[in-house]
Amino acid sequence: MEKQKIKMAVYWGAACGGCCVSVLDVHETLFDIVAAADLVFWPIALDTKYEDVEAMPDGHIDLTLFNGAIRNSENEHMAKVLRAKSRVLVAYGSCAHMGGIPGLANFSTKEEIYCRVYDESESTLNPDKSRPLVACEAGEGVLELPEFYNDVRSLADVTEVDYYIPGCPPQTERLVEVFTAIVTGAELPPHGSVIGAGNKAQCDECIRKKNAHKKITKFNRPWEVTDDGETCFMEQGILCMGPTTRTGCDYRCIEGNAPCRGCYGPTPDVSDPGGKMMSAIASIIDEKESGPIDEVLDGLVDPAGYFYRYSLPVSFLRRAVPRNR
Amino acid sequence: MECNPKIVAFLCKWCSYTGADLAGTSRMEYRPNVHPIRVMCSGRIEPTFVLRACRQGADGVLICGCHPGDCHYQEGNYRCLRRFHLLQKHIRQMGIAPERLKLEWISASEGKQYAELVNSFTQTIRELGHCRVKETMELLT
Repeated sequence: MEKQKIKMAVYWGAACGGCCVSVLDVHETLFDIVAAADLVFWPIALDTKYEDVEAMPDGHIDLTLFNGAIRNSENEHMAKVLRAKSRVLVAYGSCAHMGGIPGLANFSTKEEIYCRVYDESESTLNPDKSRPLVACEAGEGVLELPEFYNDVRSLADVTEVDYYIPGCPPQTERLVEVFTAIVTGAELPPHGSVIGAGNKAQCDECIRKKNAHKKITKFNRPWEVTDDGETCFMEQGILCMGPTTRTGCDYRCIEGNAPCRGCYGPTPDVSDPGGKMMSAIASIIDEKESGPIDEVLDGLVDPAGYFYRYSLPVSFLRRAVPRNR
Repeated sequence: MECNPKIVAFLCKWCSYTGADLAGTSRMEYRPNVHPIRVMCSGRIEPTFVLRACRQGADGVLICGCHPGDCHYQEGNYRCLRRFHLLQKHIRQMGIAPERLKLEWISASEGKQYAELVNSFTQTIRELGHCRVKETMELLT
């Protein structure tokens, strides 16, 4: 008798689509996946409606990969629906895991974003200062739009998450490993674990050459230096998130001669990813007095945006304090 | 209502905590707003400590360590100084006034300076008013 297929869903919240594409990047392994799983809901590829998902009995889906952050009421609603319908809900990718790039919007408020988009942007003419409405009357009845939230949140902020697969996007090999484990009924790690990633820091196993005593005398933007292709980026004065970022990505960026940006998130037991990184970076500045230290730090144009590039919504300070209220 | 600020102070065990102790044993009077936390070295104070204090409702954070050259571990206080400058830059971006974070060197004999520092820093924070970090982080909109 044919083995029963598992039911699988892939959904996007506030996402760029890259995570869904990373699922497609399994290439011909897709045939094995389709042989083992029925894809019951996947907006990028299938025309299943929200009503169809809402009509499913609870726990109907075996595995849901939720990618994207929670930006509006639609994201939150679907996160809760999929939680109820899924036996295993996985936060897939940096945005669902930590808020990701959309989380950087937490440096602004909803009103500041609306003001830029609907009033100030160069291509906009909006003398009435119109804003999107959640509902409006039209000839056909009431038309509705999702409510845009002030804060971007991670998936775990709105519902219970079983596992996290980090990455922007996650390395496809890791997805296949996790998928195989679920299909074959292998023993799964404890609830709430980060899976498909290592527990060490990138620097631990980095392929570049390192000196024991690192010193930073100047922060360079990547275009300001000619990378020699083999020395640690930090030693060349180029910021790299390696010291606090998990392994698991197979050094895709480093191998492509680009510094780590931290998409795999912090190593275990780090409570505030950016804070940890600031601690590591600042302590190796090769100056001992305030003036020269500030001069070196002038080379760091956007520390908050850099150190919290993927993790702002899950950090201690998960948003900027609004300027005036 | 007059602002009665909460201030968290991280004091290094070897110099600054001893200095604060001296202020106490010498019966110097100073503002009661500071909640001191003893750490082994100012180099132990991670940015995370400061951010957590802000998140939990501190209106100001004071960091004290040994004078440059006097660190019990040779250069912990230099590390602290570097982190302090980066942190000030960071909290400014997060909408927090950098004046809410202060670093001063206090030696074990500087009880008087510690008492004056607490008074002047408390006054600075009172003028800035309550820090809105905690309420901002708790309010989800």
